Amino acid sequence: MEKLKLRLKSEPVHRAKEISKEIVDDLMDLIRDNTTTSIERTVLRLFGITGADIDETPYVNIIVKQLMKKGVLETGASLYVLNACVHYDKDPEEIAKMVAEENLDLTDIPMEDYDRINALSQKLTQTAMDHITKIKDERDKLLYETWSDPPRPYKYVIVATGNIHEDVIQAQAAARQGADIIAVIRSTAQSLLDYVPEGATTEGFGGTYATQENFRIMRQALDVVGEEQNRYIRLVNYASGLCMPEIAMMGAWEGLDFLLNDSMYGILFRDINMKRTIIDQYFSRLICAASHITINTGEDNYLTTSDAIEKAYAVTASQLINEAFALKAGMEPKYMGLGHAFEINPDIKDGLSYEIAHALLTRELFPEATLKYMPPTKHMTGDIFKGYAMNTMFNFVSVLTGQDIQLLGMLTEAIHTPFMQDRYLAVKNADYIFNNAFSLGKEFSIDEDSFISQRAHKVLEQAIELLEHTREVGLMQSIEEANFADIKRTQTGGKGLDGVVKKSPKYYNPFEGAFRRLLNIDSQVFEGGVN
Amino acid sequence: MMIYPYGDTTNDGAMQLSFTLPLKAGALAKEAARRLVKKMGFEKAEVVTMQDLGGDFSFFVVYGHTTTGINTNDIQVVEAKFDHMDRVQVDEYIEEQIGRKLVVVGATIESDAHTVGLDAILNMKGYHGDYGLERYKNFEVYNMGSQVLCEDLIKKCKEVKADALLVSQIVTQKNIHVKNLSKLMDLMEAEGLRHRLIAAVGGPRISHELALELGYDIGFGPGTIPSQVASYIATTKKERLENE
Repeated sequence: MEKLKLRLKSEPVHRAKEISKEIVDDLMDLIRDNTTTSIERTVLRLFGITGADIDETPYVNIIVKQLMKKGVLETGASLYVLNACVHYDKDPEEIAKMVAEENLDLTDIPMEDYDRINALSQKLTQTAMDHITKIKDERDKLLYETWSDPPRPYKYVIVATGNIHEDVIQAQAAARQGADIIAVIRSTAQSLLDYVPEGATTEGFGGTYATQENFRIMRQALDVVGEEQNRYIRLVNYASGLCMPEIAMMGAWEGLDFLLNDSMYGILFRDINMKRTIIDQYFSRLICAASHITINTGEDNYLTTSDAIEKAYAVTASQLINEAFALKAGMEPKYMGLGHAFEINPDIKDGLSYEIAHALLTRELFPEATLKYMPPTKHMTGDIFKGYAMNTMFNFVSVLTGQDIQLLGMLTEAIHTPFMQDRYLAVKNADYIFNNAFSLGKEFSIDEDSFISQRAHKVLEQAIELLEHTREVGLMQSIEEANFADIKRTQTGGKGLDGVVKKSPKYYNPFEGAFRRLLNIDSQVFEGGVN
Repeated sequence: MMIYPYGDTTNDGAMQLSFTLPLKAGALAKEAARRLVKKMGFEKAEVVTMQDLGGDFSFFVVYGHTTTGINTNDIQVVEAKFDHMDRVQVDEYIEEQIGRKLVVVGATIESDAHTVGLDAILNMKGYHGDYGLERYKNFEVYNMGSQVLCEDLIKKCKEVKADALLVSQIVTQKNIHVKNLSKLMDLMEAEGLRHRLIAAVGGPRISHELALELGYDIGFGPGTIPSQVASYIATTKKERLENE
């Protein structure tokens, strides 16, 4: 499919990618030298520990808290749990129950023979890796062999009732109406919870809790409609927050396809500590890369808090940093759902030229990425008729410039969570525009001295300026200077720093190596695609 | 004065409705939609669109003519009244009438994570070409951001000796905003802060009436610009100082 082309100059593109790589290189020691409570809980979940105590505290939280209190988390949670398994001849879940319900102190148990611990570790690690691989293979088979990947842009809609069973009704209806992708919006405060709730949930605010059971219920519901319609329907949830790696693991386990997973979103927009986020995002992306989960990044947020024209370069800079982090985690470019948005004030004269310039810039900077394009939200007013017209323009720019994931705008945005008919109207709008303007892009070419071309190059230059400064002072210092989204965060501020633990030389986490081997990270680094 | 909706003729009562019914699209669903609208008091209800939403749902657009009118003489509305000044005027007003900077604390409370509205009013940049309160010479602004616990917000107000408290609430699912705002008001009263503070609420689903009901001084709905909030705070503060 030929689309409109910007023909971006290659020199600034290479420079931008090189600088971004150096920015991220600078943080690899921090990532390598530290673990977090959330990473350790993820490892325990990978060993098969689920469940929560009577106060709904997950077992994995109880165990990690105990080890933290005893000051031994620096060696990793796996060692203590595996040792207990060997000692009592029980599986990890049984050990977890003993810790939670019988106050078993894992640090009281004498260290068993290293070879036996290691053998058990290898067996359990293999079981988990096999499961993740199986789920990944099953999805890839359905998507590319049994059926086929739908034409782009993919039509993505949300459900947000708070009740997973009600979500199912709406998600199935949306899929039957033609949606390719269903996202279950999370309950509003979940990114700040330092645990993942357990079980099916029926109450949430502005969305539904991300839990492993809710993931499973929705996956199954979409598979039912998929069978009916002979196509695969993708499922999305949200990982950014204090439990980024844990949610990635649950997504991998239950066959999710996309996860919101941004390297800076939590820091800037949720005031999560920057070290915590930087360390967590890496492990969580290892899991996504190994599971073929497409990460979705949150650059659209820069434009809801800042001006979409003035701060367009912040989107570009953040996309480049997100790409560089994802490459470090062994992720292939096609699993990078780098984000941007159609958020320019509709009153601005020639606003559409800016939107096309920005959309083309993103497209050509990341030719192989599966780009995520967000609809107008900030300037939606409650005038549903104008809103519907704005969504039409958004769909038009997307098909013209070759975007991939189209988060369909809802005409009732800013009023309420979508009604049943709102999704239908959104899908029909997209169907109409995507079909009607299918090949339009190839009918036009953009002059080098046109406004669109000049604008795109200007935004890229501004992004490079920000990146150059960021390379000089370091990403963390740059965030402290409020260079991203005008939001200032400090290295010691924000939530979750108490969950960052410096690894001891004896640190043990069998999954880190397993993922790195699976992804060939040490032998081969994927390079970002350049036109 | 008695009034009716206006379609293309005075007093024709014409209205458009759109809704979804949990029925498979078909003759039965269409008739059900028409009768439902008639039962609501519409004459000449006409289903102009029926669309299959998949599964057991269908979507309708219906036109009808209502015979129900409303007498505007019977209606009383609660509207916040204050003089609207621009930024320069507000700064001058504060300087002349109060003689010191006013301290404003703003937050989105409890589970609500949305700061768009709060930032539109407080951030330097403002909203719709109108600068935010941070840009004013005579406001000292503390924007605490989102998901601030009521307890922490009260603490902050005491610490910085706030003159005004701005609370933004966007999420209204299951009336969570009412719950959050009531909790904050209870705390304000318990801590003896209520009378010292100008307490304002803002958000897309917030009305002045609701704000008053919950014990706040004023509610700012959608489309509010920063200078309106600034004018209200400045003039109200002056009135209170006079009454002390």
